[in-house]
Amino acid sequence: MAVLQFREALMQAIDEEMDRDEKVFIMGEEVAEYNGAYKVTEGLLDKYGFRRVIDTPISELGFSGIGVGAAMNGLRPIVEFMTFNFAVLAADQIINHASKVRYMLGGQASVPIVFRGPNASAGQLGATHSVAYDSMYAHFPGLSVIYPSEPDDAKGLLKSAIRSDDPVLFMESEQMYGLKGEVSEAEDYTIPIGKAKVKREGSDVTVVASGKMYHIAKQAASELEKDGVEVEIIDPRTIKPFDIETVVNSIKKTNRCVIVDEAHPFGGMAAEVGFLIQREAFDYLDAPVQRVTLPDVNAPFSKPLFDLWLPDAKNVIEAVNTVTYRK
Amino acid sequence: MANKEQEAIFTPIGLNNSENGKIDKSVKLPPVTKKKHKSLGLSEDDVIEMYRLMYLQRRFEERAMQMYQKGKFGGFLHLYIGQEAVSTGTVFALNDDDDIITAYRDHGWGLVRGITPNEGMAELYGKATGCSKGKGGSMHFAKTENHFWGGYGIVGGHIPIGAGLAFANKYQDNGRIATCFFGDGAVDQGSLHESMNIAQLWKLPVVFVVENNGYSMGTAARRHTVGEIHERAKGYGMKSALFNGMDALTVYENMKNIADEVRKESLPYFVEIRTYRYRGHSMSDPQKYRTKEELQEYQKTDPVERMKSYLLDEGIVKQKKIDEIEEVVEKEVMDSIDFAEESSFPEPEALYEDMFTGTSHFHDDRR
Ligand SMILES: Cc1ncc(C[n+]2csc(CCOP(=O)(O)OP(=O)(O)O)c2C)c(N)n1
Ligand SMILES: [Mg+2]
Repeated sequence: MAVLQFREALMQAIDEEMDRDEKVFIMGEEVAEYNGAYKVTEGLLDKYGFRRVIDTPISELGFSGIGVGAAMNGLRPIVEFMTFNFAVLAADQIINHASKVRYMLGGQASVPIVFRGPNASAGQLGATHSVAYDSMYAHFPGLSVIYPSEPDDAKGLLKSAIRSDDPVLFMESEQMYGLKGEVSEAEDYTIPIGKAKVKREGSDVTVVASGKMYHIAKQAASELEKDGVEVEIIDPRTIKPFDIETVVNSIKKTNRCVIVDEAHPFGGMAAEVGFLIQREAFDYLDAPVQRVTLPDVNAPFSKPLFDLWLPDAKNVIEAVNTVTYRK
Repeated sequence: MANKEQEAIFTPIGLNNSENGKIDKSVKLPPVTKKKHKSLGLSEDDVIEMYRLMYLQRRFEERAMQMYQKGKFGGFLHLYIGQEAVSTGTVFALNDDDDIITAYRDHGWGLVRGITPNEGMAELYGKATGCSKGKGGSMHFAKTENHFWGGYGIVGGHIPIGAGLAFANKYQDNGRIATCFFGDGAVDQGSLHESMNIAQLWKLPVVFVVENNGYSMGTAARRHTVGEIHERAKGYGMKSALFNGMDALTVYENMKNIADEVRKESLPYFVEIRTYRYRGHSMSDPQKYRTKEELQEYQKTDPVERMKSYLLDEGIVKQKKIDEIEEVVEKEVMDSIDFAEESSFPEPEALYEDMFTGTSHFHDDRR
């Protein structure tokens, strides 16, 4: 095991895959000469040159579409967005094209492409820079959505994403890039897409949380431990395909569940997983499933309002107290 | 009246409101080439084949229209009738492995790039034997093994994809170029601007081609876009061309020169081909936005008739040969209707097929 920052784990994954396969290249705003807006691509230009590490204009729609066309025509593009908040301008390419081309041509083309970049909020950046898009993209057939929380998952899953023969959205966080963690040094380390991981074992309540929200769940779990409440934390890691089996198995043990999701409440991951739990684990539940999400409100700038807006450990503890009837 | 004079007017006034009775022609056709096939490097067989392909596209769509009107199949049906010289001249100008991508008005493109009438008609019927296995329908004809990447239904959506095909060709240094066709309506999309800027900046071997047929649905070109379309290229420092799309030899001559140059220099090109669509935008178009006289005027320049006259006038073939070609095509098209009708619809399992190249995953799949 080596201790790496999240960004270093991502960089290793990209580097190893570019080294392994000529067809892999990376493009995006500031990825080359600037060495990456968040330094994920640091050093790649020096190693691979301008043919494979490509600075783009601020044309999310244009360069995403170029990625889709290049993928159809034999390459394996990694398209970096400065954040997924800007990928909204490229939604036509991701939603109408990357996810649909193969089907509408009756299987005559493949789109092996990775769209990656930070997702969701990163502090007081205002309403347009703070939205979590994992649930939105998970809605669309044909797309895989990965939102890891730790460097090890990031490396193993990004390598799998780059090797996938179908489109993958890979989501990160500006606030996690500096996060350090143990990363496997196994040669050719990959983690299968679609497998959740039990990251903390506990018998009292199951908490489902991915990405940045995993760390909030972890904080809540340490607080609750002091009160004698043992939380089992499941990090789905992949939002789509979603590993509901691991969640249901945990609930069979704990009989209670809280879902933490950085999306707005309507139709998000929490809503979907909550539905599946009531159908698949109804007889095992000792309390209604609770969720912690953003409110149905845009991100405010002002610090006190922002703190109120973003889910935190306190919200998770309250939800756990509700499902354990400790209130 | 005073009020009316003060009324703000946004979109330029069209046919309904033209008070002076003068109608702007929606597209002004530049002159056709004076060169004969030989000096263009085409053999007699080539021009005969051009005629056959143009006649095939015409008859295929005329019959498809009849079948649609009989209620044999549903969905949209956008006919290419009137524009066949563009597809035909282009495929002769390109290498067989150069890439072609287009919008939803794609039947002609498919037929000239090797989709058989059977595969095409079956696709319109939504049958499993269709070129896209009945998953795409009229708007998504494709034959990727022949480098025809298909028709696309989001106006302007496939333009960056066309640039991406060219990107991959340049990256792999395979000597192929990509050509991306779209309508005058698509010129107004931001995707074209982004694609042109990047293509010029990255020197992508791509030809962006506007098939200016005068209308975006019912909105005449001069009512939806400013200035001359081909002049947009100037803003990007991109080479451009404007030519007549009602004559296959003119299209061939220009597209050949452009393709050669794009291949040699690895640089993009922006092309406006002026043409005209004879039928409505789709099958449900009452065509109130143009006059019969305008339509008739363009029908005088019919590309299929023009090629037939060329073959006869140049003494390349006699009427008997024309009759033979037409008879064979007619039979092929009629047979394709039988083929489509006799073919099976996709099996229920097909609903879930062709979603993924790698491992399939369907959320909450309870089959
Ligand atoms: C993004 C988008 N907006 C609107 C439409 C509806 N629509 C389909 S075709 C069309 C007109 C396009 O005209 P043009 O690009 O000139 O192509 P033509 O039909 O003349 O071949 C419109 C508005 C669409 N398919 N996609
Ligand atoms: Mg048009």
